[in-house]
Amino acid sequence: MSTVVVVGSSVAGVRTVQALRSEGFTGRVVLVGAEPELPYDKPPLSKQFLAGAWDTDRIRLLTAERAAELDVELRLGSAAERLDVAGRQVHLADGSVLGFDAVVLATGAAARPSPWPVESGVHVVRSLTDARALRAGLDHEGPVVVVGGGFIGAEVAATASALGRAVTVVDPLPSPIGRVVGAELGEHFTGLHHRHGVVTRFGTGVESVTGVAGDLAVALTDGTTLPAATVVVGIGATPNDGWLATSGLLVENGVTCDEHCRAVDAPDVLVVGDLARWYHPGHGEHLRVEHWTNAVDSAVVAAHNIAHPDDLRTHAPVEYVWSDQYDWRIQIVGRPARAARHELVGSLTGDAARAAAVYTDDEGRLLGAVTVNWPKALVLCRRLLGAGATAADALAQLAALPAARVAA
Amino acid sequence: MPRLTADHEACQGYGNCITGAPDVYDIDDDGVVVLLTQEIPEGDRARVEEAARSCPVDALRVED
Repeated sequence: MSTVVVVGSSVAGVRTVQALRSEGFTGRVVLVGAEPELPYDKPPLSKQFLAGAWDTDRIRLLTAERAAELDVELRLGSAAERLDVAGRQVHLADGSVLGFDAVVLATGAAARPSPWPVESGVHVVRSLTDARALRAGLDHEGPVVVVGGGFIGAEVAATASALGRAVTVVDPLPSPIGRVVGAELGEHFTGLHHRHGVVTRFGTGVESVTGVAGDLAVALTDGTTLPAATVVVGIGATPNDGWLATSGLLVENGVTCDEHCRAVDAPDVLVVGDLARWYHPGHGEHLRVEHWTNAVDSAVVAAHNIAHPDDLRTHAPVEYVWSDQYDWRIQIVGRPARAARHELVGSLTGDAARAAAVYTDDEGRLLGAVTVNWPKALVLCRRLLGAGATAADALAQLAALPAARVAA
Repeated sequence: MPRLTADHEACQGYGNCITGAPDVYDIDDDGVVVLLTQEIPEGDRARVEEAARSCPVDALRVED
């Protein structure tokens, strides 16, 4: 009987084992996870779970019962420590060894740790343990300082603010989300914080963090100091590829793969989610993408390619990510950061913001879109990006949507 | 034939299902999922199950 071992029990790993069964794979499937927790979903950790609106049951990706129904063996609580590609074995921290015919690597990425070591009160948000600790930290009524104004930082700021905390977001960039959406839209994202009473100190770095939980001081590069009961650090993530250092795989900021999610020179090793640096044939380059949807989509491609090796599928998605901040549902599709300019349909000001920004290059090609509170526009732009449409097509079709007339 | 269900209250308009199975799922002007069919042929099950599992809020089911 053929065995597939899936290493990593977050969304990429869980969706891989589910898709293996959907694709008709009938052999043995083992799901390995470092954490003893049953698999859980991460996007709610900075939002609904942190706010206390959702409990752990609500964010489970897989229960023991569902795993049994799928005939998936769970090996949770013991990290994979070493991959022997030639010997087709995964060595776990508890000393056990799992043989495989194919292995799927899905160990994801870890939060970049806080560079300021203190005894307590400084948090990252990546795992359920992290989120539980931060949730307890937010019970302190004192101010919260969020270091990092990207998506995670902005979501945590919104959640902490909604819990009644005074929040300041610090980032060395003048417009942190401007990196993704351009400076002009970035200003609207900064304004979103201000409209909800959150202070921003953008263009300012952090010099040091000192103190203990409930009584911290965040010294900034402009010489000022912010008092904080709780500090949250959201400064990016790095792939969990250290355990593969002796594997012989090509590891360079993730594991290098072909367009079929197979590791270079090791076709029985497939890599999915944040860990994969795969060749995107549509873009003609290798990419590593830390988005939930990419984890899910790559899992399906990898599972299909294991179950149907004579009908290899290519992983060539249109990038897609969402972020929920305050009263904005933000959806980003394609590659706005690569665009020359954009055009806005609708309005991003006030309490009833609803808009789509359409991004284009000098040739008029549609490169991406950012929508706020307008899912229908997002779906339209995502479809047009997949079809290789022009920005003019997108603008014309957006103008014809009923909601565009309401927003205008 | 496999039957489709959607939790319209849970749906948040993330739109992943439509990319995976545009013949089965759509979205209305308010950003809520629309089922274009109630049942699918057995041969479409894998693809539609995978599209349903791309929902970030688990609003979609494929049932026997």
